[in-house]
Amino acid sequence: MTASGLRQETHRPLLHRLGTFIYLRPWLVLALLLGPPLLWMVVIYLGSVASLVVQSFYSLDPFTGQVIREFTLATYRELFVPAHLEIFLRTALMAAAVTIATAILAFPFAYFMARFASRRAKAVLYLAVLLPLWSSYLVRVYAWRLILAKQGILNWFLERLNLLGVLEAALRIPVIGGPSLSVSFLGMFIVFVYVWLPYMILPIQAALERVPQSLLEASGDLGARPRRTLRHVTLPLAFPGVLAGSIFTFSLTLGDFVVPYSLGNSSYFIGQAVLAFTGTAFNIPLAAAFTVVPMVIMGFYLVGARELGAFEAL
Amino acid sequence: MTLGVLLFMHLPMGIILLYAFTTDESTFVFPPPGLTTDWFRVAVGRADVWRALGLSMRVAGVSTLVAIFLGTLAAAAVYRTKFFGREAISFALILPIALPGIVSGIALRSAIGILNVPFSFWTIVIGHATFCMVVVYNNVLARFRRTGSSQIEASMDLGANPFQTFRHIVLPAIATALLAGGILAFALSFDEIVVTTFTAGQEQTLPIWMFSQLTKPRARPVTNVVAVFVVAITTIPILLANRLTERTIE
Repeated sequence: MTASGLRQETHRPLLHRLGTFIYLRPWLVLALLLGPPLLWMVVIYLGSVASLVVQSFYSLDPFTGQVIREFTLATYRELFVPAHLEIFLRTALMAAAVTIATAILAFPFAYFMARFASRRAKAVLYLAVLLPLWSSYLVRVYAWRLILAKQGILNWFLERLNLLGVLEAALRIPVIGGPSLSVSFLGMFIVFVYVWLPYMILPIQAALERVPQSLLEASGDLGARPRRTLRHVTLPLAFPGVLAGSIFTFSLTLGDFVVPYSLGNSSYFIGQAVLAFTGTAFNIPLAAAFTVVPMVIMGFYLVGARELGAFEAL
Repeated sequence: MTLGVLLFMHLPMGIILLYAFTTDESTFVFPPPGLTTDWFRVAVGRADVWRALGLSMRVAGVSTLVAIFLGTLAAAAVYRTKFFGREAISFALILPIALPGIVSGIALRSAIGILNVPFSFWTIVIGHATFCMVVVYNNVLARFRRTGSSQIEASMDLGANPFQTFRHIVLPAIATALLAGGILAFALSFDEIVVTTFTAGQEQTLPIWMFSQLTKPRARPVTNVVAVFVVAITTIPILLANRLTERTIE
């Protein structure tokens, strides 16, 4: 740089010089850009998750109701009470059932979107899936309470179709039945499928879009009927998408408390139990230990899903 | 089948709209015995609804601003520079919405408990900003990747300082992405119930108000009106955000 250039540099306003000073030092740019969000995530989010784990090793004094801040495994031992094990099993079974049902419903829809819909129709369908995924989760659960109520719209339609007997028979089934759909595991199952369906459709659709047309044509040319092509070419290639979707449906069902609260009975699900422990019992240690269970289940699930190739479809 | 799934996904919202007008006070009798717009008047007169709405608006507004600030910084950092663990950033940011909401909720609740922080407006905002950040981050990062950095370099070569470059080059380029991300973040925050339940203490956001009505229904018709309002206030911005990002692709 010449002498006149240097002089000019010093005449520039301080702000400018500061800006240039920073710009020429990549590490400083990085620190300034990344610092605040990273600090936020590490201190607040990861810090909170760490405190969750710490809390789970504390315990509650049964007499005073105060949290004893000493390391103990007593709270974890409480998880193995039969009543609690039942909650875990119930929630996991529901999550599995919901995952399978959403996959069955989502696949044809995603298949239609990826294979048959025109560009315009695809854009509309995409929005139709995206909208319920983003908005009004609570309202959508609430809507179903009205729909499934004993004098509600569903019963009205079933009555007109003379199918009320079928519903009553279904509600008489022990465990999944109940006095009405709005207070039964069956109703809960329907609502779970409804609220998580978009999370399953999108990854499957993305996976199907990536199946090369040439493979399907090759399969057809080699004499496979459409059924066989679907079974041996499309399905295996779309499977990672199904797995990716199942991560969402499974995880969301495990941790939800709104649906069980709205449509359930006194048989708790994990989310409900956690809410009850924090809200009424102030037993944060037990709530924390309870939450560790879905985290561990999801950990295993994610490892398994990665082995099967789900992450390539995300 | 596709049509069936489509109806299954969208009919329930129509039913909420219908029931907002029903004369039946328990609001699930079908068909509705009569139609009325009275409930809207009743809802407008409810002070508790207004209080909850006001709190939700303020929480969503502040959380969105925090999310825009932090999300944009993170996106710029990941786009502009190469550093160790760059991929981990996206992963860390998505965790709060990928893990079950209850995990984030109880995690924040534990931290609040350990630190003895009193519940307040700010405990809600902190929770919301954490899961809203990723939305802004994704939108802005996608925009950065599409526009490239040649204009920024040209601006710097022509003697603009980084602040001028940001003001005249970067900001106009990412403006719609910021808006779209901000709108989505707002909708996400406005609607959130699971994390909020653990960070709100006695405060009532609109979703918490609705949830309390769900478990102990006292004013069904008013709840329906609020539900319609919540749907409108989250749906319309999302359609708008979709338009914003769509138009810039073409």
